[in-house]
Amino acid sequence: MRTVKKLFGKISLKLIWVVSATAITIIGVYSYFNIKSQSDVLLAEVERHANQLSETIKNSTRYGMLLNQRENIHEIINTIGKDPAINGVRILNKEGEIIYSTRKDEIGRMLNKQAESCYACHAENKPLEKLAIKDRTRVFKVHADSSRVLGIINPIYNESSCYDAHCHAHLKSAKVLGVLDVTITLNEVDAQIRRNEIQELLFALVAISAIGFIIGFFVKRWVDHPVKELVKATDQVSAGNLSYMIKNLSDDELGALGKSFNNMIKKLDETSQQLYQSTKMASLGQLAAGVAHEINNPLTGVLTYSSYLLKRAKDNPQMQEDLNVIVRETMRSREIIKGLLDFARQSTPKKSSIDVNEIINRALAVVNNQLKINNIALEKEFDSSLPKITADANQIQQVFLNLFVNAIDAIGHDGTIKVNTSQISLSPKGITQIKSAVCPKAHSLMDAEHKIGGMPSLRMKIKSNSNTGYIHLDPIYGNHRHFFGISFEKKDDLNLLCPTCDLPLIDKNNRCPECGGPTYKIQIPNQGFVEGCATFRDNWQRWELIDRAGQKKFIGVNVQDSGCGIPTENINKIFEPFFSTKGQRGTGLGLSVIWGILDNHNGSISVQSEVGKGTTFSVRLPQGDLTKNV
Amino acid sequence: MKEHIDILIIDDEDVVIDSISKIAIMEGYTVDSVGDANSALEKIASSEFDLIVCDIMLPGMDGFQFLASLEAKHIDTPVIMTTGYTTIENAVKSLYTGSIDFIPKPFSVDEMTGVIHRGMKYSYLMRQRKVNDGSVIIVPSPAKYFRLGYSSWMNKDPDGSVVIGATDLFVKTLDQIQRIELFNISDTVTQATSAVTFVCENTFVHQLYSTISGTIIARNERLLTEPELLEKDPYFDGWIYRIIPSELEYEMKLLIPCSSDRI
Ligand SMILES: Nc1ncnc2c1ncn2[C@@H]1O[C@H](COP(=O)(O)OP(=O)(O)OP(=O)(O)O)[C@@H](O)[C@H]1O
Ligand SMILES: [Mg+2]
Ligand SMILES: [Zn+2]
Ligand SMILES: [Zn+2]
Repeated sequence: MRTVKKLFGKISLKLIWVVSATAITIIGVYSYFNIKSQSDVLLAEVERHANQLSETIKNSTRYGMLLNQRENIHEIINTIGKDPAINGVRILNKEGEIIYSTRKDEIGRMLNKQAESCYACHAENKPLEKLAIKDRTRVFKVHADSSRVLGIINPIYNESSCYDAHCHAHLKSAKVLGVLDVTITLNEVDAQIRRNEIQELLFALVAISAIGFIIGFFVKRWVDHPVKELVKATDQVSAGNLSYMIKNLSDDELGALGKSFNNMIKKLDETSQQLYQSTKMASLGQLAAGVAHEINNPLTGVLTYSSYLLKRAKDNPQMQEDLNVIVRETMRSREIIKGLLDFARQSTPKKSSIDVNEIINRALAVVNNQLKINNIALEKEFDSSLPKITADANQIQQVFLNLFVNAIDAIGHDGTIKVNTSQISLSPKGITQIKSAVCPKAHSLMDAEHKIGGMPSLRMKIKSNSNTGYIHLDPIYGNHRHFFGISFEKKDDLNLLCPTCDLPLIDKNNRCPECGGPTYKIQIPNQGFVEGCATFRDNWQRWELIDRAGQKKFIGVNVQDSGCGIPTENINKIFEPFFSTKGQRGTGLGLSVIWGILDNHNGSISVQSEVGKGTTFSVRLPQGDLTKNV
Repeated sequence: MKEHIDILIIDDEDVVIDSISKIAIMEGYTVDSVGDANSALEKIASSEFDLIVCDIMLPGMDGFQFLASLEAKHIDTPVIMTTGYTTIENAVKSLYTGSIDFIPKPFSVDEMTGVIHRGMKYSYLMRQRKVNDGSVIIVPSPAKYFRLGYSSWMNKDPDGSVVIGATDLFVKTLDQIQRIELFNISDTVTQATSAVTFVCENTFVHQLYSTISGTIIARNERLLTEPELLEKDPYFDGWIYRIIPSELEYEMKLLIPCSSDRI
């Protein structure tokens, strides 16, 4: 039983069962009707034969009857009745009296109208009429346990030769003179029918088992084997064998499944290789740092003492030569360690076409273990249709890695990190940073010491009446967090000047479309001009070159954590280098490195945080053009 | 009256302390040493030092925290940072957080001698300036310049290139410059790593760290024949390299704006 179960897995068993049941039903119904029609044909044949026989008897006794030669008729009937297939032959007269019979004891007996031989004609007490052959035959059993017999009655009609005969036995008015009743045993026929039934049954059995066998064979071959292969492969993979491949794939659906299974394992293998690589790089970095620290200290001793000895061995050229070897080789070791550190840091940026989702996954792979250890749930919601962008894969990975590490630090234990990617397109207003701006004499207006929103502002001298001071424009085009160093009246006759050369920055050929007042016009090297309302009564601003470029498309990535959050007083400092609340564990460079990398890619990062609830960092990377706004 | 010692060495490895002591003593300085930053703070409370040489990786309080607590205590003894973990980040962070110099381990005797010499000179100049007898005038960098520590400056030109040079204070910590070794045009320099070598009259060798990273497009050839240009006009005629910066936006944040020197 167990082996059977093993040979046909559950699916195969069910399949075989269903197919066999269907076959049994179909073959059973077919056999039933086949047997029935065969019996009918046989019976009809016997019937025809009986009828012929009865006609023959009638014809051969006719002459005897006309001449009323009773002996002669007896003779004929007896002779015919000897045939073993014939059960009996008898002739009844109109009144139902048996006149002739193969069974002598019957002669002279009266038959009831209800008797088998009479029933057909007298069914509804109708008078005898002409009957069709079908109505004249009947199948019956004499006793309940005897074999079947077929009876056929043949009415003997009145004819002119009868009533004209010399004996004048019959009147002319009578229609039927009597009935010839022949009964034939159905022994032979019944035996034939039984033989047919047995044959049919045998055929059905053979057919059903053949179907079952064939189905079983192919199910085993097409379903059982591949499924078993799949199960085996799954076991192998779960045991850690990622180089296992399913062989002998068929070209059906299971083959396709196997193929995609192979594919999956290959991907899994690659990812785990990558993960291995990332972890290796990370631990190599740590190793290099540790090695550097541990080896550089003793090397310091070697280098110092050998140089020191070198100085003291001024009059011993042989020893000097030897010591020089030590110094030289120690210096070489120093370079090797420096190289090791540089390698682990992979400092040279290389831009290529990258898939941001994939990069995020790589960064996640590095911290995956940490997430598990700290019981931090990860929720990913990636837009799979993100276009590729040109960027430095390592640097972008670094961005997300730093964000994830910060998130883990902020959560500690038990929490959630959500990462989602999407495509966004935004109006250039409010997102484009003015990174350089000059007066007509090319003096830079950028002021890195006065920052607005963390970015260097644009500084202009302002003259209103006799009042002079400086104003700092918001470096984000379309934003208006300007800083006014002096209070001034928002009148038309104020003047904006270059702080270096006092050249006016007011555009005499233009008026503000909102208030009709003067406008400023500042040159952005290689990128046209930024114009704006010079009275600051309204927020009119225009940067034609940027506006013309239209909507900007970005890839947006949000990294949300359920960690401790950032207090409002710190939120402006976190991107500053060396700002850290982690003491010795943090250099405070993480976010500033991110800032640098994103800035280099013309991207941006912003933060939203609530103490006790969590923090969301939103990264934006431009699609397409990644050239720096110089 | 507090005891006066020239140099305090803070390192958790004896071989390093021995090495630095040997070099310092050879140059005729007095030294003391401790194995951690807390003992160092105690030492400073009881003795007076002209210069501190401090490791970054220390047990307990690390080198950066030590710098911060010195600042909190208004102790302005100049500090030279050293570490076996010789990354650019550590160098930049050291210079940004107020140490006057950074020397990676392992160092040769010549390198360390130069650094100590310059440190002592710096310490002397600062003390002289405090006395304010007018004998020491240090010309500050122009306000729009940026500097790495106190030693090298940079200035951004409107065309996008950047000029770098050495500060007056740095030049004054050197003895008579005999020779300047420069990188070649189209070489690359990296922030906080050596970009210029000065060989001085007493055979000391001094390194000037690059203010920012980039590719050299021009160098001041005049310096090779007239090194005194550096002393005469360190911020204009005495410029050293003109470079195309590679990471300007980011690296600028690690520099100190010279406008803050005027307060
Ligand atoms: N997801 C966050 N939740 C809460 N605070 C954060 C988060 N990310 C950053 N911070 C705060 O910003 C500070 C600066 O972060 P940054 O990554 O720049 O440095 P760090 O993590 O302290 O050190 P490093 O990354 O160099 O090891 C952190 O010390 C922390 O206070
Ligand atoms: Mg961090
Ligand atoms: Zn100007
Ligand atoms: Zn207006």
